[in-house]
Amino acid sequence: MKKSFKNIFSNGLGQLTIPIIAIIILVVFNLFRDPSFFSIEITQNNEGNNVFSGNLISIINGASELAILAMGMTLVTAACGGQDISVGAAAAIAGSAFVKVLKAGETISGGRVILAFLFACIVAMCFGAFNGTLVAVFKIQPMIATLILYTCGRSIAYWINGGATPTFSSSIVTAIGGFIPGVPIPTPVLIVLAVAVIFKLVFHFTSLELLTQSVGINGSAARLNGINSTLIKLLSFIILGLCVATAGCIGVSRLGLINHETLLVDIEMDTILAVAIGGNNLGGGKFKVGGSIIGAYVIQTLTITLYAMKVSSTDVKAYKAIVIILLVVIGSPVVKARFGKFMTKLRAKKTNACVKGAE
Amino acid sequence: MKRVKTLLLVATLVLSMVVCAACSKDSGGSSDKGGSSNTGTTNSTNTSNSKIKIGVVNNPPSESGYREANVKDMETVFSEANGYDLKTFYSQKNDDQLQAAQGFITEGVDYLLVSAAETTGWDDVLKNAKEAGVKVFIFDRMLNVDESLYEAAVVSDMAIEGDTAVKWLLDQNLPVYNVIHIQGAMGSDAQIGRTGALDAQFASGKMNKVVQQTATWDEAEAKKIVESVINSKADFNVIYAENDGMAKGAVAALDENGITHGVDGKVIVMGFDCNRWALRELLAGKWNYDGQCSPFQAQVISDIIQGKRTVTDKIIYSVEKGFDAKTLTQSDIDTYGLGD
Repeated sequence: MKKSFKNIFSNGLGQLTIPIIAIIILVVFNLFRDPSFFSIEITQNNEGNNVFSGNLISIINGASELAILAMGMTLVTAACGGQDISVGAAAAIAGSAFVKVLKAGETISGGRVILAFLFACIVAMCFGAFNGTLVAVFKIQPMIATLILYTCGRSIAYWINGGATPTFSSSIVTAIGGFIPGVPIPTPVLIVLAVAVIFKLVFHFTSLELLTQSVGINGSAARLNGINSTLIKLLSFIILGLCVATAGCIGVSRLGLINHETLLVDIEMDTILAVAIGGNNLGGGKFKVGGSIIGAYVIQTLTITLYAMKVSSTDVKAYKAIVIILLVVIGSPVVKARFGKFMTKLRAKKTNACVKGAE
Repeated sequence: MKRVKTLLLVATLVLSMVVCAACSKDSGGSSDKGGSSNTGTTNSTNTSNSKIKIGVVNNPPSESGYREANVKDMETVFSEANGYDLKTFYSQKNDDQLQAAQGFITEGVDYLLVSAAETTGWDDVLKNAKEAGVKVFIFDRMLNVDESLYEAAVVSDMAIEGDTAVKWLLDQNLPVYNVIHIQGAMGSDAQIGRTGALDAQFASGKMNKVVQQTATWDEAEAKKIVESVINSKADFNVIYAENDGMAKGAVAALDENGITHGVDGKVIVMGFDCNRWALRELLAGKWNYDGQCSPFQAQVISDIIQGKRTVTDKIIYSVEKGFDAKTLTQSDIDTYGLGD
């Protein structure tokens, strides 16, 4: 026990050190500022359900789409050593496809919602495969390859929507974006949990994690060892496509409206940030999906904190940038190495002092 | 085998690219923000000499629900049945618009109607129009040209829209006004006009500003802003959202936290744009007010052309409508609503 504790102390929590410290600092800062900041209350919503509410719920609920996208993005980052910047646009397309199917019939039944979600998944996976093919087969840099969809994605969504912002109302869809009757926890949070469990199970029962890492660390070496690196890269984009569809559908369900211009706008940058804050190497290789999830919650906590402090939302981005620069710099290999050296020096001094004391 | 595979892949990619291109062409310039390219299209109905020839240069209907209604309004009022021969050109590029306008002048239209993509650069073309004896009307957006170059300008004044809405709010005679103000993209015409009147009330102390934040037209952002106010336990009884989408986002936050809204509710909900779906929310009593920047200018211009209306002041501001949930009818929704 003591040994493992010491181990954590000397090596840190590894990759997760920075995101965990960041989230602790944010929590302490908020408690200091307003002791009741994280208090949770039970209120009755307008549909008559008793539900949890409060800043903490706003944070974990609001970060749902970001967390799901960050999980998928981690895989793409690890396998390809680059990021998909088209996730926001692709989510708009998936959301539009979802609404298109929902509105195709007279009434919105449970079966239709499932059908709509599956359709959205297929559409998003196709676009994922498109990006993946450009990256894996044609060896185009991920950012350039996904720039295509980033540019034209929202236009495609607009085209699917027929030039309008379709709205719909259905208790089933509201339950997906809000609360299931009788369950006080927001449904998007449960969906994040489900997606995380699926990731865990896939990593547990298949060797996807190992294969992705080896492709990311050295693609040619992996191929020489009989790993189909093209397939792994393609697969990572298709899995991201599934995440995109899920996030897009949650975003649409929250409001009962699809607006191709604003659905998950600018989320791609937050997603990449979440992966970076999570301590993952943006150049590919080793990765921890859990880090990215924590990264997503760090970003959301920061946003909600700034809103609670009544910072103007035009300024929020600037403040966010400052904090993120700090996080990324602290997490950079150079600072880590310097800090490591400093610690060893300190320890050496201590031992010296002890030795001297013994004399 | 491998070559065949590669060829197939290339083929699929090219194909999907063509599809993409087709889509984006369809939807080019999807919004003010996008500003992407757009192919202009010229339609002309059969020419007959007895009819009044009208050339309309406008932004494309795909730009927004507003523009869609605007284009449709022009096409219905200046129809053949009403004695007009209408030629239209839609583009979001000022240069294309200028060329088309010049084309209409050369073709010899009687009237040229312009809603320009940009407010500058129109002097030369309008001078040519004057020399050729083509009368010019400006509609929707004001142009930065000399007053002698046009007959009349039927334009929107966003400030009037904001004034109408705030006047309505004052007429509600609430004992206290604690307002959550959700703004559109800062600096846009709509935001400036819709914010101005309310800012004046905040400054005079008649209304209290609980929070004033921009959600840049983003529904989800509007929801977050309202959520943070609810979590801070601050008291509020009015939500003034600068478009329908943001009002919907705000209402979603109220619903989740069990705060009543609308006609019999605790919180007054105000939106703008008058989308049909938003007006239906009003009709259901869930919202209280929806303001509109009128897209209907064709009738005024038609009246002037036919001599039914004389021009005293060259700049004519459209009458801005505002709908109250208590007086709204289904026929209002059918007549004035935008989109679906």
